[in-house]
Amino acid sequence: MNALPRAIDLGVIGCPVCGLVCRTLPGDAQLDGDGVDDDMACPRCHSYLRRRKTNSYARTWALLIAGFLLYIPANVLPIMRTASIGDIDDNTIISGVVELWVKGSPDLAVIVFTASILVPMLKFLALGTLLISSQRGSDWARPQRAKLYRLVEFIGYWSMLDVFVVALLTALVRFSVLSRVEPLPGVIFFGLTVVLTMLASISFDPRLIWDGRNTDD
Amino acid sequence: MTEDSHVEQDPPPRQELPRPVVERRRFRGSLIWLVPALAALVGLSLVIHNWLQAGPEITVSFQSAEGLDAGKTPVKYKNVVIGRVKKIHLSADRSHVLVGVALDKSAKGFATEGTRYWVVRPRIGLGGVSGIDTLFSGAFIGADVGESNQPEDEFTGLESPPSVNHGALGRSFVLHSSDLGSLDIGSPVYYRRIQVGRVASFALDKGGQGVSLQIFIDAPNDRFVTTSSRFWNASGVDLSLGANGLKLNTQSLAAVLAGGVAFQDPPGPHDSTAAPEDTSFKLFGDRETAMAPPDGEPHYIRMRFDQSVRGLAVDAPVEFLGINIGKVVSVRLDYDEKTQKFPVVVGAVVYPQRLGSAYEKLEALAKARGENPDLSRTMGGLIAQGLRAQARTGNLLTGQLYVALDFLPHAAKAAFDPDAKPLTIPTAPGSFDKLQEQLADIVDKLDKVPFDSIGKHLDETLAGVNATLKQVNGQTLPAVKDTLHGVQKTLGSANEALSGDSPLQRNLGATLEQVQRMARSLRVLTDYLGGHPEALLRGRRADPPPAAQTPPSQPKAGSKP
Repeated sequence: MNALPRAIDLGVIGCPVCGLVCRTLPGDAQLDGDGVDDDMACPRCHSYLRRRKTNSYARTWALLIAGFLLYIPANVLPIMRTASIGDIDDNTIISGVVELWVKGSPDLAVIVFTASILVPMLKFLALGTLLISSQRGSDWARPQRAKLYRLVEFIGYWSMLDVFVVALLTALVRFSVLSRVEPLPGVIFFGLTVVLTMLASISFDPRLIWDGRNTDD
Repeated sequence: MTEDSHVEQDPPPRQELPRPVVERRRFRGSLIWLVPALAALVGLSLVIHNWLQAGPEITVSFQSAEGLDAGKTPVKYKNVVIGRVKKIHLSADRSHVLVGVALDKSAKGFATEGTRYWVVRPRIGLGGVSGIDTLFSGAFIGADVGESNQPEDEFTGLESPPSVNHGALGRSFVLHSSDLGSLDIGSPVYYRRIQVGRVASFALDKGGQGVSLQIFIDAPNDRFVTTSSRFWNASGVDLSLGANGLKLNTQSLAAVLAGGVAFQDPPGPHDSTAAPEDTSFKLFGDRETAMAPPDGEPHYIRMRFDQSVRGLAVDAPVEFLGINIGKVVSVRLDYDEKTQKFPVVVGAVVYPQRLGSAYEKLEALAKARGENPDLSRTMGGLIAQGLRAQARTGNLLTGQLYVALDFLPHAAKAAFDPDAKPLTIPTAPGSFDKLQEQLADIVDKLDKVPFDSIGKHLDETLAGVNATLKQVNGQTLPAVKDTLHGVQKTLGSANEALSGDSPLQRNLGATLEQVQRMARSLRVLTDYLGGHPEALLRGRRADPPPAAQTPPSQPKAGSKP
């Protein structure tokens, strides 16, 4: 069964701003996101016209890899220093979770674990899966993959939880000698990881999921 | 759905749609790969930094890991963190704790031979309080680097902080003592009651006969330690009763409680060059003995006492003419087969140098005469002059004895062998013994008095006296009685003659009356003759009639001549 035509197949492109539909020629640009597009502009409102997000695969891959690289120091380096009278405690994400669990707040531990470890890891996995499957033009579980992408975009913000916790504690717990919370380099890496994965998920074009499609389901 | 409806509507022909404005791009490369490259660079730089920062890993063994926390406890030198405890585990034989420490790269010099590690914990002692800050911050491991450059990664941790840090300015010295007393590591060292150093370490001598203490004197006060300095144990209270009254001598209260060492130069001329590092000194028990002139070489002498030496104990003083020159070191009982007696052999150590210039003179004389320098010949001469050892009572209350070497004027000749080792000094009974002897002598003499015959003679004499008295009673006394009778009679008649109504008495009265009358008429005559001297020639005139003027004229006439 033949696939239903896409805008590309019809040689048209819609302006995302003013909605004007333009005619494109096959030589204007290539189809997939990996090729380097010439810049096309809407003749009416002069906003950029894109068939797909520019260079989507490369950008997503690059940002994802950068995020993953920074995720390593984010976990290895301590993110927060808690100094109470005389006792200085440096915590990495994992040790913080373990400490919370051991000291009798398993609920908090689960929340922190989910937000700081599980979600980033799942994001890496999900985006990687989406990228690989899309690049291969696989037609496996497309609607589910589209849903997965929306989920990834949605939960992306929540990964900042740890960074917020550290920022909040640093601002609030300032009793000089008695008790003090200081951010440590790890939290910067963690924040960068979260930002990069969010950028990666933004630069991924979900239309690529459907691009390899040959049949309508 | 939308797609379907889209399809259903008639789209405008493709040719009617406007064409987008196309701008050809000059740069066709993608800069996005710079982001992961940068991330990789950052990660790599972290790894490299970490790798560069990683210093040597060392293992320190401690008795206990009390207060230590893997991953947290820092290692500090001068309160600068130079490393951190990485892991703590027991040794294979479970006798101690092995603490793995990751030192910083900059602290490479601490992984060398001679570096000392110890756990700083709060310590409260008599000498002071230390490590109070660790009450809150938790214990940390202190480090003190040595001099060696030899790398080393196995260390034995000290159980207490070293009292002297490496590189501290000052000098250390060695003190030898018979026992440690109340001293401890960190005990203060005083110079004129100012603390100038402390005891760094102590150890038993190899043979176990004494204790060697290492002390450290801080600069600049270390220059006060001279080659002739005397060290003494300043702990405790020195209470002495002297001719000047009761005297209490102590260092600071801390020294009294916790012990301490004091030093000072001896009085009088002495060598005052600063002592070099690690000079050995003797640690005296108290200031007095420390300040005494040096004893020089000890000489062992032996004395045999034939009488009991009850009260003579080891360490009792040996005095020569009242000067303490040594002490008793042994008191043993011997048996003499010939006399079947139990003499007491007393061994003593004497320091002839305590005699001062006397000893020097004697020594010079002995040398001049070419005798052996240990003065045994000179000793022989002195003994010939009556030098004897006596066990004398030093304290009448406790009966403590001391050995006195004195010249006895009437000492019996004694044999002396100058070549014997040790020298045996002849003895004489002590003064108390002598007193006893003399008393015994007196008793002996009293014994010899012939009280029996004296009594007999006395009895005979008394019998003679008795007979004499009887004779007196029988013959002499009656005669005396007769005589007395005669005397009484004589006295009676004399009495009668003198009584008031006796004729003698009466005659005497009349006679005296007549004499009185005669005297009166004689006066009248002389009066008259005085007024009328012519009456001697002319006789008495008739008395003139009494006139009023005569009486006053009489005194006139009388006063005129």
